[in-house]
Amino acid sequence: MSTGTEPTAPPKGSGLRASLRGRSELGVCLILLVLGVLVLTDAVTMDTDITQRGPIGPTTVPIVVGVLLLVVAVLLAVDVLRGGRGEAEGGEDIDLTEPGDWRTVALLAGVFLANAVLIGPLGFPISGALLFWGSAYALGSRNLTRDPLIAAVLSLVTYVVFNNLLGVPLPGGPLMGVL
Amino acid sequence: MDSLSSLIDGFGTALTPLNLLWAAIGVLLGTAIGVLPGIGPAMAVALLLPVTYGLDPTGAFIMFAGIYYGGMFGGSTTSILLNTPGESAAVVAAIEGNPMARAGRGAQALAAAACGHFAGGMIGTILLVVLAPTVAALAVDIGAPDYFAIMVLAFIAVTSVLGSSRIRGFASLLIGLTLGLVGLDQMTGQQRLTFGTLELADGIDVVIVAVGLFAIGEALWVAAHLRRTAGESIPVGRPWLGKAELRRTWKPWLRGPLIGFPFGAIPAGGAEIPTFLSYVTEKRLSKHRDEFGRGAIEGVAGPESASSASAAGTLVSMLTLGLPTTAVAAVMLAAFQQYGIQPGPLLFEREPELVWGLIASLFVGMVLLLVLNLPLAPVWAKLLRIPRPYLYAGILFFAAVGAYAVGGEPLDLVILLIIGLIGLGMRRYGLPVLPAVIGVILGPAAEQQLRRALQISDGSVTGLVNTPFSVTVYAVIAVLLAWPWIKRALPRGRSARAED
Repeated sequence: MSTGTEPTAPPKGSGLRASLRGRSELGVCLILLVLGVLVLTDAVTMDTDITQRGPIGPTTVPIVVGVLLLVVAVLLAVDVLRGGRGEAEGGEDIDLTEPGDWRTVALLAGVFLANAVLIGPLGFPISGALLFWGSAYALGSRNLTRDPLIAAVLSLVTYVVFNNLLGVPLPGGPLMGVL
Repeated sequence: MDSLSSLIDGFGTALTPLNLLWAAIGVLLGTAIGVLPGIGPAMAVALLLPVTYGLDPTGAFIMFAGIYYGGMFGGSTTSILLNTPGESAAVVAAIEGNPMARAGRGAQALAAAACGHFAGGMIGTILLVVLAPTVAALAVDIGAPDYFAIMVLAFIAVTSVLGSSRIRGFASLLIGLTLGLVGLDQMTGQQRLTFGTLELADGIDVVIVAVGLFAIGEALWVAAHLRRTAGESIPVGRPWLGKAELRRTWKPWLRGPLIGFPFGAIPAGGAEIPTFLSYVTEKRLSKHRDEFGRGAIEGVAGPESASSASAAGTLVSMLTLGLPTTAVAAVMLAAFQQYGIQPGPLLFEREPELVWGLIASLFVGMVLLLVLNLPLAPVWAKLLRIPRPYLYAGILFFAAVGAYAVGGEPLDLVILLIIGLIGLGMRRYGLPVLPAVIGVILGPAAEQQLRRALQISDGSVTGLVNTPFSVTVYAVIAVLLAWPWIKRALPRGRSARAED
């Protein structure tokens, strides 16, 4: 999903490069292939003789899954090279006629990761508000009074509902220490 | 009439103030979610999985069932007023409902849909009451080989019946199975795919996978292709039906469940196929065939009734066999696992209060939904005006809350994002999400049943096919797998006639 797989990527060279252009779906095959190898390696290198119970040990199913991953990777590659295309999913708010806006996706991923980093030191009420505001901003909302206000209220209310009413602990952080 | 007295006990459970409250919250949320674009009942239940940590199982499932049924009601509202179906089950409602709305008969279309959902849901739930205990009693003797066969059936059915590409379905299933392998092996305690890290030893929580694939994946995918100009909703008054319309709709309302219920019970993708079949049936039976395509009320009434009845059918398979046939059922199954409850034939014996309370609450929810939706449909339509940045930011926000609530680990948020990116990629390249979710949820259980069955038979493969039940299921699987070739071999009669 990196920008490198974009159909708009500049065409470089010819030959193999050209024939691969517009076939970013082969990346999916590659991922499946890597996954298959990973699962198989993990299964084969597993130390099985400690607690074998029953005729099937802990490695059998992973080996089957791993082999099937390799098979599906190859079959999918064949399908793609023959011109098969996965249909991108539609939806009410989705406009597939426009090229993908991967900058927004990257921004959202960044905001989300920032929340994962900040939730510990800042606590949920602050990091959650930043997550909402940042996401809304990335999605194109530019109201500098309403956006942060909604974010703050939503975050605080959620914190109280989960932490105090449902008994699901969320970190309060320094803000809750002050209040 | 054993089930009748159980049902009456169930009403005792469902009508306690607290459980009524959960049912009300469920149907309210469900309707809102059905109306809102980009968020479906499966995502909603996934986002609400964390509340299972603080809620008793009965209350939680009453709420989830309310969301499921409510989503069906709300989905048709957007179909009719905006021509953009909120759920895949509501696609058919747009075909006739939207032309009706544009012709100024939106109120009647909404009423036909709401009453259709009510009729379908009621009939479906009555069938559930009658059939589920019988199925459970029949299935009560099934053992490890049978369970394994059912799970294989679920795997094959979700990959083969749904979606346009089988190979992509299988790819998705295998991704799910791989995610399900991570963690300690349940039988030997062996570490699998943990790469020596302690955090992965417990496995990846089902909540994180479901929220990641359904919520984060969807939000990111919409973000990449966000429609800049939102569609305009058609203003509409209070839904009502005249005598002439009632005469045209009551038969479709009653016919819909006959199609919807059986299709919901089998792993054939929930409401999509039966709603379409019901539409075709009504078109064929209608005296106003020329109106179809331009706003025929039968084309709204029948399919909507079928879709709610299919939800009841889904619950039969899920409660009696532990077999999820739709995405919502799959996520509800994950919720059962969170509580350590195994849905299946024994559920009716072990958790009668939960099961019958849940079933009784379906009737309660139906009535609440009819009351909420008939007079309030124009109010619900206003939800469509919510600014999209807030909607999708909210989804990301609640996904983060849910994942963090699982274990209080910031690392879970990173895993959630990674799974969300996988979900994004799957949507981009046409890999269906449902097989992956089914793989994660059923994979570990299927492996256990397989190993148990082979342990009993001492390693002999015949141990997997030594019951009539499992042989039957494998025969069904064989037909499903061979279907493309069977279809080619069949005489072309039907398709030729359709082309006339």
